[in-house]
Amino acid sequence: MATVLSLGEAVAELVHDGDTVALEGFTHLIPVEAGHEIIRQGRKNLTLVRMTPDIVYDQLIGAGCASKLIFSWGGNPGVGSLHRFRDAVQHSWPVPLEIEEHSHAGMANRYVAGASGLPFAVLRGYTGTDLPAQTDTIKPITCPFTGEQLTAVPALNPDVTIVHAQRADRAGNVQIWGIAGVQKEAVLAAKRSLVTVEEVVDELEPKPGALVLPTWAVTAVAEVPGGAKPSYAAGYYERDNSAYQAWDLIGRDRDEFTKWLNELTGVKA
Amino acid sequence: MSEYTADEMMSIAAARALGEGMSCFVGIGLPSTAANLARRTHAPNLTLIYESGCLGAKPTRLPLSIGDGELADTADAVVSVPEVFNYWLQPGRIDVGFLGAAQLDKFGNINTTVIGSDYHDPKVRLPGAGGAPEIAASCKEVFIVLRQSPRAFVDKVDFITSFGHGTGKGDREKLGLRGAGPTLVVTDLGLMRPDPETAELTLTEVHPGIEVEQVIAATGWKLKVAADLKITPAPTDEELTLLRSLKKAGE
Repeated sequence: MATVLSLGEAVAELVHDGDTVALEGFTHLIPVEAGHEIIRQGRKNLTLVRMTPDIVYDQLIGAGCASKLIFSWGGNPGVGSLHRFRDAVQHSWPVPLEIEEHSHAGMANRYVAGASGLPFAVLRGYTGTDLPAQTDTIKPITCPFTGEQLTAVPALNPDVTIVHAQRADRAGNVQIWGIAGVQKEAVLAAKRSLVTVEEVVDELEPKPGALVLPTWAVTAVAEVPGGAKPSYAAGYYERDNSAYQAWDLIGRDRDEFTKWLNELTGVKA
Repeated sequence: MSEYTADEMMSIAAARALGEGMSCFVGIGLPSTAANLARRTHAPNLTLIYESGCLGAKPTRLPLSIGDGELADTADAVVSVPEVFNYWLQPGRIDVGFLGAAQLDKFGNINTTVIGSDYHDPKVRLPGAGGAPEIAASCKEVFIVLRQSPRAFVDKVDFITSFGHGTGKGDREKLGLRGAGPTLVVTDLGLMRPDPETAELTLTEVHPGIEVEQVIAATGWKLKVAADLKITPAPTDEELTLLRSLKKAGE
């Protein structure tokens, strides 16, 4: 059964130094505030996992929280590159960042295997590309029935997955609607999970097509209104595109970034 | 005829390549602009599929990312990311994959991973693969749109993120790839198609006012030119008006 906690309590309890942590969200419902809380609490040596690491991962990497990134597309959607990610890969600033690189199809299937309790997933992918030569977690496999050459990728089972959702009830059942990306699979694949929500309500009103994560599949829920900003939460607020553009200027420059970081963590310059 | 920019010509030429009733797996940026313009001009029944899980999106403005709320709000269905890749893309149900590139080589191989020969010490780290490797492998055919320059159009890409025609004709079949691979490249200067014998990208059309020498100078390999080189029809007033209103609504 999920426990309803404050964000600070939940991160303190669930995210430890050295953990493999997935903060998922596919443009929509990105758990940005939870990422900021991880920075504030000063976690180190995390293996960060996400299909589409965007600006909150740029911030976590720039803050030195991560020693490894497992991903399939790292950019500032609609704007350009992630400069803290680039700086870490190209110049090891502020700490070296190891990368494990996949395609979206590979990552999605790794979560599916993780959620399914299987050791690996099979897909018809990566053929002819240079990715398998760089990534140990992409291997050829022969179909035992047809003899076809396919690709195997191992299950992803994060120590903790964090996602953001619209609502939970007081018992900790979670309701998500709109683009739900790979969030369900990432939560079910994880050993522990935290769902930050826009609001905790007495009763979840049924929504067509909504995805419900039952309380017994979630470790903790934290009420964090606006917790996905500057990404968006369908039914609550829109994406703040100007914030994504503004990040480009902050992320480009180590000094500007350090100022931003000090403001977030309350360190006096 | 109205004045237009090279970028506008590129978007319009790319939109024209998409046929009515097709399904198209759309990358963000130039491909998305072209696909949305096609829906407003000659292909109102073009099915747009975005990797965020939006099937049959009909956005009223240009989406700013593949997960733009506008795509979900206007889609026939919103499904999970594993479903998009496993059920819709992988079996080869989608007609066209529409991709951009950072680097493209003469056999249509795409690099969006690193610039430089050392993966671990790159000159420039790019965003990475996203959905492109499997889009390039599994769609029935692939269109690529990008601005032409010798830096982008290289003899051999530094890293094959998405497989085109490898080292020439027959490579896709040898690897068991099911789709036909890149069949068209649209740039701000003209159109290229793989040579039927060798699969090498060959200039088949130039946009109005563009000289062949200009295209050759903007290409990092010795570009072959088709014997029956054509000139792209200039944008119509209707195409330009619709493209501009689409761009304006996206601002």
